[in-house]
Amino acid sequence: MSYVTKSPWLIHYDGSSCNGCDIEVLACLTPMYDAERFGIINTGNPKHADIFLVTGGVNEQNKNVVKQIYDQMPEPKVVVAVGICACSGGIFEECYNILGGADKVIPVDVYVPGCAARPEQIIDGIVQGLGVLAEKRAAMGKAPAATATAAAKLQDKPEEKPAAEPEDKPE
Amino acid sequence: MAKQTIIPFGPQHPVLPEPIHLDLVLEDEKVVQAIPSIGFIHRGLEKLVEKKEYTELMYVTERICGICAFGHNWGYCHAIEILLNVEVPERAEYLRVMWHEMSRVHSHLLWLGLLADAFGFESLFMHCWRLREGILDLFEKTTGGRVIFSVNKIGGVHRDVSPEMLLEISTVIAGMKKEYDELAKVFIEDVSVKNRTVGVGKVSKEDAAALCAVGPTARGSGVPFDIRSTGHSIYGKLGFEPIVEEGGDCYARALVRVKEVYQSMEMIQKIIAEMPEGEISVNVKGKPEGEFMARVEQPRGESCYYVKGNGTKNLERMRVRTPTNINVPFLVSALAGCELADVPVIVLSIDPCISCTER
Repeated sequence: MSYVTKSPWLIHYDGSSCNGCDIEVLACLTPMYDAERFGIINTGNPKHADIFLVTGGVNEQNKNVVKQIYDQMPEPKVVVAVGICACSGGIFEECYNILGGADKVIPVDVYVPGCAARPEQIIDGIVQGLGVLAEKRAAMGKAPAATATAAAKLQDKPEEKPAAEPEDKPE
Repeated sequence: MAKQTIIPFGPQHPVLPEPIHLDLVLEDEKVVQAIPSIGFIHRGLEKLVEKKEYTELMYVTERICGICAFGHNWGYCHAIEILLNVEVPERAEYLRVMWHEMSRVHSHLLWLGLLADAFGFESLFMHCWRLREGILDLFEKTTGGRVIFSVNKIGGVHRDVSPEMLLEISTVIAGMKKEYDELAKVFIEDVSVKNRTVGVGKVSKEDAAALCAVGPTARGSGVPFDIRSTGHSIYGKLGFEPIVEEGGDCYARALVRVKEVYQSMEMIQKIIAEMPEGEISVNVKGKPEGEFMARVEQPRGESCYYVKGNGTKNLERMRVRTPTNINVPFLVSALAGCELADVPVIVLSIDPCISCTER
């Protein structure tokens, strides 16, 4: 995570999920997993947020709310779909009221499957989202290109970095 | 008459983990009326009975709500077991009640944390959630899942718990109780907590009964209504007595839940001490026919599961009546006449679970 120079703020919205994933999202921020120690704050205001965590398969009434929150977030922004319902509709896919995934309404960058998604998975999803955020920043011409390349490298080949370090030390 | 203003509260609001919308009609800073509107999480899962078999439906009922998942599953399984004339082994009943009471401890700790967060006591929120992780670890060790752990099945439970694990549960719960003593003291005695909760959102015993409130919400107003006191399953053997507070305000509702955590912890210890030996499940054959309504006391209150079978593998109808749905009129009555700043605390004081409400 060396390329992370700023702490992203999150906004979490329950798009018609069963609550399991929402509680796990909050559990990420509380002492056991404690993502807040990196300054990652769960904010209630879309205008302060960089990463949008959306759970659930999104129903007809919720569609506009999810869209509005996404539209109110400033660029660059990343959407992380948490839980299998947000990825594809999950067990509720056949329900008459469910659209079948957050990507039916807004563009999704990272998918975190699982029922309910575990906090470790959610944190991993957010870390991947940070890479996407750095790329988007670079594309907007706001971050040095080197940061974005480092982020892209870390995402593509996560195992290379630890292997390279021991070689450097003997020299 | 002062000029009236309407302030929208929700569906996306920092204090709510779930979407519910309230139109608050204000005169100056006073709420004169609250108009709720729901439907943001309606999935229509009752209709799934047409597409899924009665055995598959177990996993759907579990996902009515992620916090009290076990209780929903238990209620549904119990209703099907009655229709199929299945007698559940005693050990399975003991295990079910143990997991159910553990769910209550984790749900109440979660709620106490959210209440602390609603009046801005951030460190108390963190401590409640830290303690709650202990229960989730026990769930993970005994069943494999943290919040949703399909351990029930029609005719019993999927997994047995070894004597060593039972001993560990007992030790962990005893350790948690000591830590919980300190937290409970803050909720009961702390001046800043009392300032925000005593006398806020008061509803009398008569009103609570007339509005059909259920669960800790009703018991906080002095209505001694608890399905566990009917002695269903093994609650009769455990000598259950409902906890009732007379205050009727947010403080009383918090107090009921603070004491219920102690009560559930004691019950878990008792269950572990009395756990009988034997089978954990029986084989089930046949297709459900007839109708039955099962009732379970969830952390949020009474929950009903109506099933109607017609002798085929698909049920004809399944209907769930959940506690928050019933408590919304109570909430509207508690909000009338309160200060705008107290709205988050009052909304949270009924322990709203919108996923349950809308299914």
